[in-house]
Amino acid sequence: MTDAAFSAPVRRPFAMRHPSVLVFLTLLALFTLGVTVLSEAFGLGLISTSFVKTLGKTLCLCLAALAMDLVWGYTGILSLGHMAFFGLGGYAIGMWLMYARTEIIVTASLAAAPLPPTPEEIREGIATQIFGVVGASELPLVWSFAHALPVQLAFVVLVPGLLALVFGWLAFRSRVTGVYLSILTQAMTLALALYLFQNDSGLRGNNGLSGLQNIPGLEATGQDVLSVWFFWASALALGLGYLFCAWLVSGKFGNVIRAIRDDEARVRFLGYPVEAFKLAVFTLTAVLAGIAGALYYPQAGIINPAEIAPIASIYLAVWVAIGGRGQLYGAVIGAAFVSLVSTWFTGGQAPDLDLGAVTVRWVDWWTVLLGLSFVAVTLFAPKGIGGVIAALAERRAPDRHGQDLGPDAGALREKEAER
Amino acid sequence: MSTLLEVSGVSVAFDGFQAIDNLSFQIAEPELRAIIGPNGAGKTTFMDIVTGKTRPDSGRVIWGERSLSLVGLSESRIAQEGIGRKYQRPTVFEDQTVFDNLALALKKRRGPLAVLRDRNSRADRDRIAELAGEIGLTAELPRKAGALSHGQKQWLEIGMLLAQDPRLLLVDEPAAGMTPAERAHTTDILRKAAETRAVVVVEHDMEFVRRLGCKVTVLHEGAVLAEGSIDHVTSDAEVIEVYLGR
Repeated sequence: MTDAAFSAPVRRPFAMRHPSVLVFLTLLALFTLGVTVLSEAFGLGLISTSFVKTLGKTLCLCLAALAMDLVWGYTGILSLGHMAFFGLGGYAIGMWLMYARTEIIVTASLAAAPLPPTPEEIREGIATQIFGVVGASELPLVWSFAHALPVQLAFVVLVPGLLALVFGWLAFRSRVTGVYLSILTQAMTLALALYLFQNDSGLRGNNGLSGLQNIPGLEATGQDVLSVWFFWASALALGLGYLFCAWLVSGKFGNVIRAIRDDEARVRFLGYPVEAFKLAVFTLTAVLAGIAGALYYPQAGIINPAEIAPIASIYLAVWVAIGGRGQLYGAVIGAAFVSLVSTWFTGGQAPDLDLGAVTVRWVDWWTVLLGLSFVAVTLFAPKGIGGVIAALAERRAPDRHGQDLGPDAGALREKEAER
Repeated sequence: MSTLLEVSGVSVAFDGFQAIDNLSFQIAEPELRAIIGPNGAGKTTFMDIVTGKTRPDSGRVIWGERSLSLVGLSESRIAQEGIGRKYQRPTVFEDQTVFDNLALALKKRRGPLAVLRDRNSRADRDRIAELAGEIGLTAELPRKAGALSHGQKQWLEIGMLLAQDPRLLLVDEPAAGMTPAERAHTTDILRKAAETRAVVVVEHDMEFVRRLGCKVTVLHEGAVLAEGSIDHVTSDAEVIEVYLGR
C-alpha cells in the first residue's frame, strides 16, 4: 500500500470519515421533526404531551449513556456512579426553578398586604414555602445562589465536574482499578443519596425538589408547548454531545483511551500519564451526565434522592451493555430501547401473561426480563445491539479499494489482488 | 561513549525471596548488550526496576548526564525520559491498526491536552511509513494489529519502540517463537538500533546472542555472575555450571 493511498482518507471531511455520525444526526433530526409534527402544540396532536416528555427524557438518558460509554466502553472504567452526576445536574437546575417560582408566588401573595414587602420578608416567605415541609424556615447555605440562574447553570457543570475531579483524583492516583473502582463509585453514589435523604441536607430530604416542570417567567406558556421546547433542547444536547464524543474518540485521544482500556501498563511504558487521561475522561463524562440531568428533571417535574440510588447507575451500565459498549450509537440505542420498553412494561400497558400456575404481571416481572436479556446479550452478543448493526453494515459494504482488474483478471480488485 | 544508565547496589525481595541481590550494572550510549541467565535469575525484575514498575528496597538507579535518580519516578515519567521496553510476549494494541499503534508510540508530547490537539501531521505519517518500512510492515499498516502473525507483532512492537526514539531500549526475548528468517531480520533491526542508542537484550537463546556479537552480562540469583564477550562468558566455569551445563 502506498503512502498516498493511506494518507488520503485523513483529508476527507469528518462526516465522510465517520458516516455513522452523519446517519445518527440525520435520524435524530428526522425524529425531532416527526415528534414536533405529531405533537399537540405544533402539529397533529397524535402524541400526547406526557409522551413528548417521555421521549425528551429518553433523549437525556441517551446523553447520559453516551457519557457512560465514553468512560466504560472506551476507557474501560466501569463507573457505577455516573447517575449521581446526572442527579446533581438536576438538583442544580431544580434549585433555581423552585426558588424562582416560589419567589413569584410569594411576591404575588404579599402584594395584597397594606405595606409593600421588604426583600427580607420575601426571602423568609420563600424559605418557609420551600422548607416548611422539612420543618425549617431558613434558607440553607447551598441555596445562596438559587436566585441567580447563571450561577445555578454554572453549577450544573461545576458541581458534578468538581466531585468527579476530586473522587477520580483520589481513586486513580491510588491505582484503584476494575471491580474495586466500581464498588468505590457505588459507595460514592450511595453516600450521596443517603446524605440527601436527610432532612437537614438542605435539599428537602426525601421530598426532593418538585414542581420543576413550571418554568418561572413562562407561566403563560402551556405544558404542551414547553414539553416540545424541552424535547428540542434535549435533542440538540444529544446531537452536540454525540458530535463531541465522536470527535473525541476519532482522534489520537480516542486511540490512547482505548489503549488504556486494553492494556494500561503498556500505555504507561509508552510514556502516557494514564491517570491523567482517566481523570480527564471521568470528569468530562461527569459533566456530560450533569448536563443531561439538568435537561431531564425539568421534564420529569420532580427530583428526589431515590433518583441517585446505586441501582440507577447500574441500570445505566446495563443499557450501555445491551446497546453495545465501545460504540457511540450502541449506547444511544441501548438507552433509548431499554428505557422506552421499561416505560411500557412498568406503565401497566403491557398485557398480563397468563401461564396457568402463575400470572406474569409485567410491572413486577419486567426486571426479571431485563436481567435475562442482559445475560442473553452478554452470552450471545457481547457487543450488544450496536455490534449486530456493525456486523451487518460491514457485511453490506466490504472495505474495497482500487480499480476493477477487468473480466480477464478475475473478480478481485486491484489492491487485494496485488497483496 | 558515556555511561547512560548506572545501577548500583540494587536489592529487592518479594516475600522473602531475594529477586535482585546487590546488583550493579552499567551501560553506555551507544551500546548493545545482552543479558542472559537461567529462569529466576532476576532478568525481568531488573527491567521492572529500571522502568519504574518495581521499586528497589535499596540501591541507586542513575540516568543520563544530569544523574537523575529513577527510583520513585512513575512509569510514564521514566518512559518520557527515554527508556523504552519491549515485553516477552508481544503486547501491541490488537484492536487498533498497525498505523495507530505506531502513531501512539511516536515521540511527542504525552499529556491529555497535547494528545487532544494532535491530528497526525504529514510529517508524522511520513515517519510512520518510514518505520513501517524498517520493520517490514508497510503492507500491513491499515490492518488491525490483532490480525498479525506472532513474528509480525514482535516487529510491530520493536517498531513502536523505535518510534518512541528512546535512548535506552530494553528488549525481553525478542526472538522467542520466531522462524530463523525472522530471527535474522530481528538481529538486523536490533544491531541497527544500537548504532545510535543503548540497547539491552534479554535472551535465552545462545545462538541468537552470539549473532548479536556484543558484550554479554550473565545474571544468576539476582547478581552479575560474569561479564564479557560471548566466548569469554561461555568458557567461564561458573557460567557453565549454573546455566550452560543444564
